[in-house]
Amino acid sequence: MDAGSMNSSSGKTQSRCPFKNSYFKGEILERIWIDFIPNRSAMDFDYAHYMLNEGRKDKENPAVSSPSRDAYRKQLAETFNMNRTRILAFKNKPPTPVEAIPNEFSSVHPAKPTKTRRYIPQTWGSSNVLAIALGNTVYLWDATDGATSELVTIEDENGPVTSVKWAPDGRHIAVGLNSSEVQLWDSTANRQLRTLKGGHQSRVGSLDWNNHILTTGGMDGQIINNDVRVRAHIVETYRGHHQEVCGLKWSASGQQLASGGNDNLLHIWDRSTGNLLASGGGGSDRCIKFWNTHTGACLNSVDTGSQVCSLLWNKNERELLSSHGFTQNQLTLWKYPSMVKLAELTGHTSRVLFMAQSPDGCTVASAAGDETLRFWNVFGTPEVAKPAPKANPEPFAHLNRIR
Amino acid sequence: MASRTATKDIITLRGSAAIVSEFFGYAANSMLYNRGVYPEETFAKVKKYGLPMLLTQDEGVKTFIANLTAQLSDWLESGKLQRVVLVIMSKATNEVLERWNFSIETDNEVLEKGVAREKSDKEIMREIQAIMRQIASSITYLPCLDEPCVFDVLAYTDKDVAVPFTWIESDPKLIANPQMVKLHSFNTKIHKVDTLVSYKNDEWDEE
Repeated sequence: MDAGSMNSSSGKTQSRCPFKNSYFKGEILERIWIDFIPNRSAMDFDYAHYMLNEGRKDKENPAVSSPSRDAYRKQLAETFNMNRTRILAFKNKPPTPVEAIPNEFSSVHPAKPTKTRRYIPQTWGSSNVLAIALGNTVYLWDATDGATSELVTIEDENGPVTSVKWAPDGRHIAVGLNSSEVQLWDSTANRQLRTLKGGHQSRVGSLDWNNHILTTGGMDGQIINNDVRVRAHIVETYRGHHQEVCGLKWSASGQQLASGGNDNLLHIWDRSTGNLLASGGGGSDRCIKFWNTHTGACLNSVDTGSQVCSLLWNKNERELLSSHGFTQNQLTLWKYPSMVKLAELTGHTSRVLFMAQSPDGCTVASAAGDETLRFWNVFGTPEVAKPAPKANPEPFAHLNRIR
Repeated sequence: MASRTATKDIITLRGSAAIVSEFFGYAANSMLYNRGVYPEETFAKVKKYGLPMLLTQDEGVKTFIANLTAQLSDWLESGKLQRVVLVIMSKATNEVLERWNFSIETDNEVLEKGVAREKSDKEIMREIQAIMRQIASSITYLPCLDEPCVFDVLAYTDKDVAVPFTWIESDPKLIANPQMVKLHSFNTKIHKVDTLVSYKNDEWDEE
């Protein structure tokens, strides 16, 4: 149908809204009629029809309804969004076209790493920002909006960065270095607060926070509890590992610390007494053992099947997630303290080195020597452990290679 | 053919809802292709409405549109859908650059009494074809979208509609002082769909 003033044959349209034009310039009724009817969409004929026939109570008097009046009213209503319509949009937005965040993120990586990076320290903070260390630099990725930024680049003599860990407040972050120092940064203000020195003799490979206590694990096999508020920060030292301490994790209550070492042992320390509660081995031993701290007798021993690389507690400490290497490279979920194996999550093709837990405690990200980052929906609800690899929404799904 | 046509000419509410939601799926794809929202290589040609239609092969977009059309079909069957709007926004600034508005009028008698209508399938296809051609040719007068864009779809429904959990309330994402072009409409005798594209005025002449 010929839409009159709307579609001009040359293709260029009038800039003025037709009925505004007609209405205010008082053109003849016939013209208004022609202009309005085709422009039903802007007019919401539906509304007029509805008003006429359904007689629903509304602000307007349904009896009077000339097309121009309806149109004008509709235009007004639409402008002020006071009509009886609900506007809905799909919650999951369609994927953004090609120049998307993953490419930005991958462009942040150094172009040519000087050596193959097998260890990629990462930590996911309560502010929903993932911090990841690549070489001498710590990058921050905000999971909420996908923004990436650089926190710090360490000088070559102190670097590379060997571990990173967000403090419980999601604002402060500990950066462990190859030089045995640990730097404390405020990510919001983007400045360094202090450096912890004199604790370890070699690189700090693992970190964990327990309120104001930063526990550091070094290549020297020592685990040191540092109180970051005081000058003399070393509070206590746990000695038990023979080789580098790779993983540290405090339980939610802050009473138990689980540590994993290169000696393939998994130890659980009791904070108040400093006693070793449980230990687990990998490689040849492969067991998790429980000790009576008074008598030194071994109470329970759990064969994990392979070396234990890192550990995570779930929120209520009833479960412990351990990551392993050869042969399955799996993540194992244990019930604590019974140490009953609840599930095994396979997928990685190489030793699972790092694990990080999302702020809500439900998702776990694991990084392995196979250069992939996988997300697991492990700590779903306490009763039902649903281990299933879960593709994280949008950007991370594309992030397969970390160099 | 005569007897077959006779059965095919009967349109039910459900059938009409299917036709309209399918139309929307193809129209959305056509818009995304023609307006360059997604790269051309990500589209594949299929035959539909007697025309070569382009459909996205991107899984994410495909799923989005599929979920959308399923929900639209649902709303159409209950007569709750008033219009569907596809907005194209600048990726950088989120400013709405184009707005493709599909208004829907539902025949209330069909809704209430569940009667069926008669209209030849061929004629509906012809009407849809005309709209598709218009969408494709719209690039001749629509301003160039030089920057990366993203799209979104809004559904205008009756207020009493229960919002499914995958949908949220939104603002109308209107364009200030838009240029408007009305395209053809099509009618299944149960649903009448009007198409209108409004776009950001990129020239300062004419008021």
